[in-house]
Amino acid sequence: MGRKLLLEHIHVPGINTLEVYRQKGGYRALEKAIKTLTPDEVVEEVKKSGLRGRGGAGFPTGMKWSFLAKPERVARYLVCNADESEPGTFKDRYLMTYIPHALIEGMIVSSYALGANTSYIYVRGEMMPQIRILEKAIAEAKNAGLLGKNILGSGYDLELYVQPGGGAYICGEETALLESLEGKRGNPRIKPPFPAIAGLYGCPTVVNNVESIAAVVPIINNGGEEYAKIGIGRSTGTKLISASGNIVKPGVYEIELGLPVEEFIYSDEWCGGIANGKQLKATVAGGSSVPILPANLSLKLANGDPRLMSYESLSEGGFATGSMMGSGGFIAFDEDQCIVRNTWNFARFYHHESCGQCSPCREGTGWMEKVLHRLEYGHGKMSDIDLLVNVAKNIEGNTICPLGDAAAWPVASAIRHFRDEFEWHVKEPAKALNINYGLANYAAPIAKAEVTIGN
Amino acid sequence: MSDKVKVTIDGITVEVALGTSILNAARQIGGDIVPPAMCYYSKLEGSGGKCRTCIVKVSKGSEKDPRPMPKLVASCRTTVMDGMEVQNITSTEVIEARSGVVEMLLINHPLDCPVCDQAGECDLQNLSYEHGLQKTRYEFERRTFDRIDIGDKIQLHMNRCILCYRCVFTADQITNKRVHGILNRGDHSEISTYIQTAVNNDFSGNVIDVCPVGALTDKTFRFRNRVWFTKPIDAHRECLTCSGKVTLWYKGDDVLRVTARKDIYGEVEEFICNTCRFDKKKTADWVIEHPTHISDASVIASNHYETLKPLPVIQNNPQLQQANKVELEKTAKF
Repeated sequence: MGRKLLLEHIHVPGINTLEVYRQKGGYRALEKAIKTLTPDEVVEEVKKSGLRGRGGAGFPTGMKWSFLAKPERVARYLVCNADESEPGTFKDRYLMTYIPHALIEGMIVSSYALGANTSYIYVRGEMMPQIRILEKAIAEAKNAGLLGKNILGSGYDLELYVQPGGGAYICGEETALLESLEGKRGNPRIKPPFPAIAGLYGCPTVVNNVESIAAVVPIINNGGEEYAKIGIGRSTGTKLISASGNIVKPGVYEIELGLPVEEFIYSDEWCGGIANGKQLKATVAGGSSVPILPANLSLKLANGDPRLMSYESLSEGGFATGSMMGSGGFIAFDEDQCIVRNTWNFARFYHHESCGQCSPCREGTGWMEKVLHRLEYGHGKMSDIDLLVNVAKNIEGNTICPLGDAAAWPVASAIRHFRDEFEWHVKEPAKALNINYGLANYAAPIAKAEVTIGN
Repeated sequence: MSDKVKVTIDGITVEVALGTSILNAARQIGGDIVPPAMCYYSKLEGSGGKCRTCIVKVSKGSEKDPRPMPKLVASCRTTVMDGMEVQNITSTEVIEARSGVVEMLLINHPLDCPVCDQAGECDLQNLSYEHGLQKTRYEFERRTFDRIDIGDKIQLHMNRCILCYRCVFTADQITNKRVHGILNRGDHSEISTYIQTAVNNDFSGNVIDVCPVGALTDKTFRFRNRVWFTKPIDAHRECLTCSGKVTLWYKGDDVLRVTARKDIYGEVEEFICNTCRFDKKKTADWVIEHPTHISDASVIASNHYETLKPLPVIQNNPQLQQANKVELEKTAKF
């Protein structure tokens, strides 16, 4: 049984209320931080913990905090990115729904560490129930003197606001989020300047994911070094994984980083194996943006070692044989799933969500979607496959924000690993409409595929 | 600390002021190494970074931190550092990526140059001539929109738009009322005004000049003539609202249209008002200065006396002078 830090009390009835949350040790971290630690010491603890951003990029949170510019007489802001819209990811919503005070407490402690007197939680527009839950939790905290003026008699003031977004995926990109929060069209900004220098309203700003902020609470409670002992290597602590797809028990799981993927999928403690007695065909390890991997590479590294759920192990092998941790949206596909159709579905999503600001992404996502649609519905040509690879290459790295990369990677990786299936769709268009390509050799435990790709 | 920094672009070193962008540093050097820019406009604050045609490779970050930048960067929005080394046309990676961007810009562009008023002075046309492919690989229907009249003088032809946002910045910064912006998202984005309100402002006509393609056209000039049949003449008049410095485009004795004066990068020198642009179309309204200098490479130059001078390459090469002897003698007579 893995250690639970965030979801330890998730099943306690009434944990969403301040009273029960405090009975279970809630707001201890706030008291500890505000009464015994200076803001810099809090930052130091988070640095020691090795906590890495849980939103997708995996950038060390403590380092991000220490980059924050601190000019005098300029306000600083902490913004929580709760615009969770990555297909396959639903951990933040779960956390906010059931244990909102974990986020509120994390926000207060983090704001204290950063010296922010106004902080925002930018919640995706579709999550109206969660917005109400958070607002209720904020009101409770305020009544208890945990928020507002002079928190716990320390002289530190903090106002916390919940801001609903409009439901655009692009507003989960930190600078687009800030634009949206300022009331503008949610177009990503051109970096530099980074938000740590000029963010919200031109002031230094830190934007963190919900889970990163909530993880600050156990870090302060137990100390950064204690937190760093959990996990493996530079992937410290626990991570919420949103498991979905053809598994027996889909849901949000808190795992210690370093858990083998195979154990995560097949152990009864976690996903409980592939549903309906089918076989695993492929996985998307971290939300729709990360490269898709065939079953054999999902469970094992190219050298045959088991693949672990950690930032390093999931990206082991680069894009040739690896994927990414991403935001922890773990999607499993069984043998009956069509990778072409799934790739088209992802491409359709990115086409729909591209902000249209920079040309490669605006035009390229639509183009990829149309070509994939043609392939899926039996009108494809052999040359389409290489065309897709080339278009993906032209988008990747040439855009303002990572949405372009996120749109290109799933397509490029699907073709890299499942080219046979794409070719079958071209060769047998009539069959492809009615039956699936099946498992083929994607779960074959031979190192054959890896050797050719590795070169 | 010195406020000058050294930057090397394609092997040519130049000293520029701190805070200059790579693109502007390249423009100070001039010539072939200047990256093309479709969305950046030096007179408009906040423009640039969107079209991605000006991407370059930074092979050395700076003297202090010589690591190369991991990705290609938009030169219009990346400031130079001391000792920075940049590769533009000397990097095959940049050339490839740029041709990829040009392809993306063209897949939804109608390519209706034969009936487009911008043809001949179109940045996109020049760009695709230089970097584009002979054939399109795009085999789907292009997005289409209805034409929209923005007021009685400007027409918006959204099909041709490459969403450079220049007109949005112009409407924001030059005219004092913001009624102009972008609607929708992704490749459905469109330039729009509040429920097609007319942009009634003295300076609204400038959106025509800043448009790099034929999406915003002058209705008083629309379909009147091809630009290469007209002759540009610099002229000025006393104007209370603007500088009054313009280019008149003549066909025979008639002024067919009035635009602001543009520099070699297609940017206007000074924005002009709508009175000058739309209402003053008689020679008598203007004080004529001299024929506008048009680049030899431009199709507009094809009917101009200036091109009768031998091209620079011929002037410096005795062999070519010999080969073009007859032509040169003819020229000498003028």
